[in-house]
Amino acid sequence: MASKRKYRGIDQLSTRDKVVVSFMVIVPTLIVLWLVWLPAIGSVLLSFTNWDGIGPLSGIKSVGLQNYRDIATIYPPFWPAIQHNLIWLAVMFLVATPLGMLFAVLVDRGVAGTRFYQTSIYLPVVLSLALIGFIWQLIYSRDQGLINAITGGTTDWYGDPNVNLWAALVAASWRHAGYIMLLYLAGLKGVDPSLREAAKIDGASESQTFFKVVFPVMRPINIIVLVVTFIESLRAFDLVWVINKGRNGLELISTLVTQNVVGEASRIGFGSALATIMLLISSVLVFVYLRIAMKED
Amino acid sequence: MSVTADPVQERSEALLKPREGGPQSGRRWLLPVMLTLISLIWLFPLLLALVNSFRDYAFTAKNGYVSWGGFTFDNYTNAWQQADFGLHFMNSAIITIPAVILTLFLSCCVAFVVARFSYRFNLALLGFFLAANLLPPQALLIPVYRMFRAIEVPLWISDSGTLLNSFVGLILVNMAFQIGFCAFVLSNYMKALPKELYESAVIDGASVSRQFFQITLPLCRPALAALAVLQTTWIYNEFFWATVLLQQGDKFPVTSSLNNLRGQFFTDNNLVAAGSMIVAIPTLVIFFVLQRHFVAGLTLGATKG
Repeated sequence: MASKRKYRGIDQLSTRDKVVVSFMVIVPTLIVLWLVWLPAIGSVLLSFTNWDGIGPLSGIKSVGLQNYRDIATIYPPFWPAIQHNLIWLAVMFLVATPLGMLFAVLVDRGVAGTRFYQTSIYLPVVLSLALIGFIWQLIYSRDQGLINAITGGTTDWYGDPNVNLWAALVAASWRHAGYIMLLYLAGLKGVDPSLREAAKIDGASESQTFFKVVFPVMRPINIIVLVVTFIESLRAFDLVWVINKGRNGLELISTLVTQNVVGEASRIGFGSALATIMLLISSVLVFVYLRIAMKED
Repeated sequence: MSVTADPVQERSEALLKPREGGPQSGRRWLLPVMLTLISLIWLFPLLLALVNSFRDYAFTAKNGYVSWGGFTFDNYTNAWQQADFGLHFMNSAIITIPAVILTLFLSCCVAFVVARFSYRFNLALLGFFLAANLLPPQALLIPVYRMFRAIEVPLWISDSGTLLNSFVGLILVNMAFQIGFCAFVLSNYMKALPKELYESAVIDGASVSRQFFQITLPLCRPALAALAVLQTTWIYNEFFWATVLLQQGDKFPVTSSLNNLRGQFFTDNNLVAAGSMIVAIPTLVIFFVLQRHFVAGLTLGATKG
């Protein structure tokens, strides 16, 4: 490379160019390294210590896996939180995501007024989940809510630990289905029309065409939708936090971590162990997502 | 792809294009009826909030929610005052506008280097940013919180004296989480630009920064518009970091300040509905006016081409 003197193609760089290119990469890299990757490593390291968050960092002692053992044995909200996260995931995966896909397939079939249908279904996507918690309060509230007004019941849908998780899930699914509908519809529009044509000529029915031809060629977007569903379920936080800060039937891993940091009792090692569990689960998902998203390169 | 084509526009129009063939079954009326029903069910919670936000509390308390009448605008004025929305909208603007601009600029930088030069580590670099975008923020809370509390900044940056409780800190965190997604979308977009564009510029002796500002950025305008709309919505809606990193209520952006409408023992749902509508207005305006960009931004990230 260095021996060539003349025009060396479009990738040639002067010294000044090299400095500019370096800065273009280094500045954003440092920000992400500092605020995402270092904290991620920090969470993992702190999870093996007994730091109470008050003393100096030099006073930290390693306690091995003690925090993890404590979480599993003497921390009552942990197993309910795991259970709730799994229920959350199951509902998103088995109900909200298929519903969104179904909506996309229906909308994609091309009827008049498609803009109205699409807009109505993905309108909730622009709202924050925190705001959605407040909007659904009008339906769920015990004294003034719509459900109790119609049925004459007295259930406190956000407060009763037997039902509040399901109430939150209905509200979350409302948004999630719209999101999936949008992603999936974009994928459906990208399917080569000649595939459908060919299937039709071969005498395949509408549903056969979808399941045997369209669905398989949409493999990348299917996996993206799947990973998005998993990640969103793991990250679920805003909605339950506005309802009751993740207590009393609405414990999630994400809210437990937060309670351990900003709550009255800050148990750093403990919270970090919970955070590490989240990181472990999400790293698998991130890996799958990256492989799909960057495959073509 | 020709240089002048606007992929963002293509994408949003593609969603509205009817599929060739169309519905084939004999019961052609069934599909529109089903879709209308679904749409109405989906709109219902918002419509309910909208209608009740204009109703008097005393009226609905007496006649119940399944009634009609008692319309008033008072809830909006009360909600505005009680939640101090003027202040919180200002906070949201102070956080959202710089965060969006800086995120887009830095993402462009990364995407440009990844797309323009074929270094061996470029793919890994993109993965480094994209993965950061997907991690659960709660899992990073403890170290970020502790670091921010320990880092002292001059008082003109933050009146709390540390990054905790400061707008700067929140802007930085939002940037760190959003750069990955934007860089990914933009690098795909920039890779589609023909390399020949740079050829003549390089022969003319144009520096990298001139290529970046005068060739790449202008051509990326459609993608940048789409991402700007999407990011504005996301950062405006951001709830978690704002709630935990800003501890004084008067610094909360709009989304985190909704709780002010909840009384300790008693909640006026009509007031909450009006507050919710006020909070939703910016995103709804963006949605209806710039829907094309919003949709394009979301789908650009998920599908290629």
